[in-house]
Amino acid sequence: MNMPAARAWLTRLLDSDLCYDFCRSPVAIAAAVLVLLFVLGALLAPLIAPQNPFDLAEISILDSRLPPVWMEGGDPRFVLGTDDQGRDILSAILYGLRISLGVGITAVLAAACIGISLGLVAGYLGDRIDAILMRIADVQLTFPAILIALLIDGAANGLFGRLDREVFAFWILVSALALSFWVQYARTVRGATMVERNKDYVLSARIMGLPARLILMRHILPNVLGPVLVIATINLAVAIVTEATLSFLGVGMPPTQPSLGTLIASGNDFLYGGEWWIALFPGAALAILVLAVNLLGDFLRDALNPKLR
Amino acid sequence: MIGFAFRRLLQAGAVMFVVALISFSLFRHVGDPVNQMVGVETSTEQREALREQLGLNDPMPLQFVRFLGNAARFDFGTSYQFRQPVADLFAKRIPATLELAFTSALLALAVGVPMGVYAGLRRETVLARLFLSLSLVGISLPTFFLGMLLIYIFAVSLQWLPSFGRGDVVDLGGWWTTGFLTVSGLKALVLPAITLALYQMTLIMRLVRAEILEVVRADFIRFARARGLPDRLVYFRHALKNTLVPVVTITGLQLGSIIAFATITETVFQWPGMGLLFLQAVQNVDIPIMAAYLMLTGLLFVTINFIVDILYFLIDPRLRASA
Repeated sequence: MNMPAARAWLTRLLDSDLCYDFCRSPVAIAAAVLVLLFVLGALLAPLIAPQNPFDLAEISILDSRLPPVWMEGGDPRFVLGTDDQGRDILSAILYGLRISLGVGITAVLAAACIGISLGLVAGYLGDRIDAILMRIADVQLTFPAILIALLIDGAANGLFGRLDREVFAFWILVSALALSFWVQYARTVRGATMVERNKDYVLSARIMGLPARLILMRHILPNVLGPVLVIATINLAVAIVTEATLSFLGVGMPPTQPSLGTLIASGNDFLYGGEWWIALFPGAALAILVLAVNLLGDFLRDALNPKLR
Repeated sequence: MIGFAFRRLLQAGAVMFVVALISFSLFRHVGDPVNQMVGVETSTEQREALREQLGLNDPMPLQFVRFLGNAARFDFGTSYQFRQPVADLFAKRIPATLELAFTSALLALAVGVPMGVYAGLRRETVLARLFLSLSLVGISLPTFFLGMLLIYIFAVSLQWLPSFGRGDVVDLGGWWTTGFLTVSGLKALVLPAITLALYQMTLIMRLVRAEILEVVRADFIRFARARGLPDRLVYFRHALKNTLVPVVTITGLQLGSIIAFATITETVFQWPGMGLLFLQAVQNVDIPIMAAYLMLTGLLFVTINFIVDILYFLIDPRLRASA
């Protein structure tokens, strides 16, 4: 993008209703700041984390199960305490965020790509393809996403050996999530495409002889993206929770590459002994992250919904 | 009515066929059933004999038909981990899951609907805003983490309620066990039921609120007011009734997802239901149990969808005209 174009785009963005609404909503701003903080924390984890929890030279079993710094027996080196192997909880959370956000964002992008392309094709071409796709969607919508993800995960675990499973855990999770979430996008985009298909601008593009691929990508896609953005945001929250749940249940990320869910799962064993910080801090981080993403999603939905204007 | 029901029934049948196909291919293609059943020291000839005996050398369509026939009689073979018939394992655990699921669904409705109605009618009050904020927290709090919080507060710190298991159960007629009749059974039910209900509760609340907001703007409500009907009648006779269609649908559909989410709650509380069984199967790649669970929940979901569709039809006269 060249400079004037970038400037024009920026002015348009700043002039938009969305930006106006955003600046007037303290909740949305707070949520956005929180999400930004989490993303920055995840990206910069190697720089800002007090310790690298994967570096065996940095951790010592002598520091294990220390409580947070404000409790008796706390150590100023470990603000949120340590786990059973002497790893700093704060560092583990920062590194865990990388994986949680990584899986969540990749899965949402993958689901959106699959869903949008299938939805565009189904909505534009209609007929046979449409009927087949929507029947598949119907069958899949009968089941909750978490169940489908569990099944795909279970089947993948059966196909791979235990070692491969650890190596591919990230991608197994991403595909399990993407395959259980694509339907929403496909349905929404299909509906919107069917509306757009009959509008004059599409008709004129067709008369000009543009190939279907170009009409879909250049003309229809930008006009159906609004609802997709809303779904994707709310979906990100769901994806992060689902990933955490799968990891908690022991079929997601292995303890060697812990996501927030894995951290909570390993802390669960110490809850009964009263060492609550090992599980509850990662849990709180997860809950706050999901809440912030949900708040953003709520804001977007209200702001982009013409009915509420 | 009959035609509508028949069309829906056909669709349900098609969905079940696909589910059966998936469970069958899971059973047939993920891992080798023979390897799972025999020890390492079994000779190749013995394996081949077993293979022949199980019919694994027959053509695929024939195997699928046999699988369907067995499934119709709830015969899903033997679990790889427990060495017991899958049907028996499920029969023992279904009561636990259903009791938990129904208690949660009732709880969610009993709390969610009044909260939603209030938040919709008195949308500007502090309490209504509080409900709305709480509902967002409820949606954002992962089920398993909520369960852990409750365990830490009420079982570990305060020691009021048990943190795992089902308590004492009473055997009813040899095929159903219930925890409703003993004190320890009821106590054990409290935390899991709340954990499972919270998410549905928030969902129902938000839905009822949104519907009420939409309905009170409608002409027939204005007309009812113009007729001088008291608020109570306007709200409960006219407004609430018209919000019920989507509420019935969603609650019905959610009943299915409650049973699916029970998998998580059951794991956190070590509740001996079929969700826990399924999860152990996923962890240990116990395909017969996974296939059976898929078929069972598939049947459940399809049945629920079917009933919801029919209810829809009965509640909303407009659908009758169009069908």
